[in-house]
Amino acid sequence: MSLSDKDKAAVVALWGKIGKSADVIGNDALSRMIVVYPETKTYFSHWPDLAPGSPHIKAHGKKVMGGIALAVTKIDDLKAGLFDLSEQHAYKLRVDPSNFKILNHCILVVISIMFPKEFTPEAHVSLDKFLSGVALALAERYR
Amino acid sequence: MVEWTDFERATIKDIFSKIEYDVVGPATLARCLVVYPWTQRYFGKFGNLYNAAGIAENAMVSKHGITILHGLDRAVKNMDDIKNTYAELSVLHSEKLHVDPDNFKLLADCLTIVVAARFGNGFTGEVQAAFQKFMAVVVSSLGKQYH
Repeated sequence: MSLSDKDKAAVVALWGKIGKSADVIGNDALSRMIVVYPETKTYFSHWPDLAPGSPHIKAHGKKVMGGIALAVTKIDDLKAGLFDLSEQHAYKLRVDPSNFKILNHCILVVISIMFPKEFTPEAHVSLDKFLSGVALALAERYR
Repeated sequence: MVEWTDFERATIKDIFSKIEYDVVGPATLARCLVVYPWTQRYFGKFGNLYNAAGIAENAMVSKHGITILHGLDRAVKNMDDIKNTYAELSVLHSEKLHVDPDNFKLLADCLTIVVAARFGNGFTGEVQAAFQKFMAVVVSSLGKQYH
């Protein structure tokens, strides 16, 4: 299910509208993920405060969305573009790749809440494909 | 048996008392058919499903979306025994409709996203958790009678 030209254009167009809210999206998506999928807390045992919107979550949400923003610029070759991030996730962070799907879902829910008009079914399918591609690229260096 | 907190019960009743079935139902099924196009395999007789616009305007899709959403009413009314409440529906989906049960989760995800848009900031993490737990029980119950 690779990205067609139509998908890429849709993702770039959508990002053009929502990109400036990336920090807010990241904060809400991560906060939400920890509440809805408590098993994901296991990756943040080193943070003293896991309450929604805590400074750690805010900063981390910003970091994650920075990665998504990078992926948008590398949309023509996600595998190559996210190589370094993949190495980091594979050897240092070792996040089980099943969690990428979980966070992607939370990102989609937040975008649906914040941008109901822009997040049409067509924008949704392209963004879902894109985020799946990002997850795949991030898992590339795992084994 | 599934244990529900007071918050979860109240949240589910609240959501289903507030959503407009004739808006959310069609929007959910249409979104599912666009985002997961292989689900169109079950709707060969529905006519124009060629593109998102066609799907959105399709009267049969709209009607069926409302039917599906009302199908959830019984689960809302019988939260303590969704499994048995849906036994017959599960048999129907397996024996007559031949729906791959993995598809139930796809529709549930689309419903979550449509409901989230409808409730906006009211769809907090806690509300989302309760809603997804409810939908997970519904999905599991619908798949229970498959063999």
